[in-house]
Amino acid sequence: MLSPTMVVLALVVFYPLVAAMRESFYESGQRLDADGFVVEGEWFAGLANYAGVVEQRFLNAALNTTLFTVVTVALEVVLGMAMALVMRRAFRGRAVLRASILIPWAVPTAVAGLMWKWIFQADGVANTLLGTDILWTADGPWAKLAVIVADTWKTAPFVGLLVLAGLQIIPSSVYEAAKVDGSTPWQTFWRITLPLVKPALLVAVLFRLMDALRIFDLPYVLVGPRKQSVETLSGLIWDEATRVHYGPASAYGTALFCYIAMITFVFVKLLGADLLSDVRSRGKEARDVA
Amino acid sequence: MKATHIAAALVLGAGLAGCGSTTPASAPAEQEGGGRGPITFLGGKFEAESVQKIVDAWNAAHPDEKATVVLLPESADEQRRKLIQSAQTKSDTGDVILIDAVWTSEFAANRWVDELKLDTTGFLPTTIETVKYRDKLYAMPLFTGTGLLYYRTDLVKEPPKTWDEMKRICADVLPGQKGMSCYAGQFDKYEGLTVNFAEAVSSAGGRLLDDAGKPQVTSEAAKQAARFLADGFTSGMIPKEAITYKEEEGRVAFQEGKLLFYRNWAYGYEAAQKTDGSSEVAGKFDVAPIPGLNGPGAGTLGGNNLAVSAFSKHEQTARDFVAFMTSAAQIKAFAQTSSMPVARTAIYEDPELVKKYPYLPALKEGILAAVPRPAAVRYGDVTAAIQESAYAIVTGDKPVDQALTELQSALGPLLT
Repeated sequence: MLSPTMVVLALVVFYPLVAAMRESFYESGQRLDADGFVVEGEWFAGLANYAGVVEQRFLNAALNTTLFTVVTVALEVVLGMAMALVMRRAFRGRAVLRASILIPWAVPTAVAGLMWKWIFQADGVANTLLGTDILWTADGPWAKLAVIVADTWKTAPFVGLLVLAGLQIIPSSVYEAAKVDGSTPWQTFWRITLPLVKPALLVAVLFRLMDALRIFDLPYVLVGPRKQSVETLSGLIWDEATRVHYGPASAYGTALFCYIAMITFVFVKLLGADLLSDVRSRGKEARDVA
Repeated sequence: MKATHIAAALVLGAGLAGCGSTTPASAPAEQEGGGRGPITFLGGKFEAESVQKIVDAWNAAHPDEKATVVLLPESADEQRRKLIQSAQTKSDTGDVILIDAVWTSEFAANRWVDELKLDTTGFLPTTIETVKYRDKLYAMPLFTGTGLLYYRTDLVKEPPKTWDEMKRICADVLPGQKGMSCYAGQFDKYEGLTVNFAEAVSSAGGRLLDDAGKPQVTSEAAKQAARFLADGFTSGMIPKEAITYKEEEGRVAFQEGKLLFYRNWAYGYEAAQKTDGSSEVAGKFDVAPIPGLNGPGAGTLGGNNLAVSAFSKHEQTARDFVAFMTSAAQIKAFAQTSSMPVARTAIYEDPELVKKYPYLPALKEGILAAVPRPAAVRYGDVTAAIQESAYAIVTGDKPVDQALTELQSALGPLLT
């Protein structure tokens, strides 16, 4: 049963991964012959493509990526949690509320990016409401804030949805018992809701972390490519690849991969002791049956 | 614990697959014979209906060599990426391709397009410069265009010929016009910034590159041009939101009456002339060649050219199709249904068409004075370097002299 799965995985996952890593050590398409034609073929470049990793542009992109990830994921967890708590309660119009909270998540990111671009443009809604004339979409610190706002709006519902699923499997008897014992709402939240919803919350945060570290489309559409203040690692890789610098693009891609792998590993190690225990025990059962 | 690692690695790998490009080493170029048969035309979304009419005419005359139109994405960056991708996989998805005027060198040097042997008489001479690489013809000009100065005829009697004249007119007119700024172009950090910067330099009498192809961006003219833009922003002659303008944002601002002068392509004429309420300046504006430092300016040449893919299996048909599409008869038929500027001289002298599109004489004057952007194999790197420095100039992040010196040294190694 395992081998067809492995073949598919090898084709769609390992091959591109290994090919990208290989590409990161080669140079191609950069030399011209005497007649002005590009010399075909490729040359081993050693670590030359990785030289950019210590340069200002890459470090700036890495810093932006990290900043966006930390800030947006933190905001999204708080907002998502609040949304989930509201969505869980039974009241008239709950279905409508649930649906409307999920709308941002259903909107394609590129469309959301365009929408926020209109909101943030010089004579847009944001400036009118705030009574300011900030150039949100020009390169600068405001652009960072614009991206954070738009990304939080877009993905907080995702966290909300996953947390809601986690909340719904908490048996109501636990809450009834707490009520009988005279627990305050605050105590109930910290002592019952939060610990019991933790596995679902951690999965949501893990997904969001990995997603946020790859963020590309929102800064691209909202502010534009090659704007220093919002250029992320994915944006940098895209820019190199479109300028047919496949070597450096692959090198940066490999670096980004290592960065995401490292963060995920640390996250799973520190917080996720029970995150995958369920999967593991199920895997063990399957093996035992086999 | 092992399962954990693998699970994490798999999820990550799936994410990464989209990032790196992994085109395998290329095989030696295939030698294609001059075949005949059905072909595919990869075109942009410009004027798709009018283009289809030419293709229909071709199909009626060549039932055995029918052409099918496939539309590429709207944005030029996306088009370029698609075309390069299919070239690198040696795919024959497009026999005839529509390429931007600035890509000719790159496509020719990479042998992605074939050399052509076609007659280039009857085209505007400047457009022919954009279809050659090292003096050989690799494409045929189809669409063309250059920057025009849109101005308000209700406020300005005579369009300015120089930057100083423009400033003087603004000083006279603007005090009576609330919320109106003097001038804008496209100054967001994208290809439009390269166009506007190059235009300023050539309008000041300079060139980004000299005849030998070496960068000349620290010349006196380049400095004057850069100062015109930098001072324009600091003095408020150019509104500060113009730093976010691409073509459309500026066009809307002009139509809302927020700009006295606006630099744009010819396409903006039709929209600004609309009387359905979307334009407040309908009937109150006209176009003129752009102004310069000491006299009329020189715009940047834009446009799109037709090329034959090197990987076409029906190359002979593809060549004939290019000749057919750019023939005098078809171009005239095209111009009658579309306002997209075309590269044949006769169109600009046709009384019937001039009556329909009153901006044609100004446009012709502009195109003949226009300067193509640097023809570089690594144009992507060149334009990125220009945008980097020009953006620092218009945002005031760097002093003009420093930005230009940096640009000069950045361009050097890209143009060998």
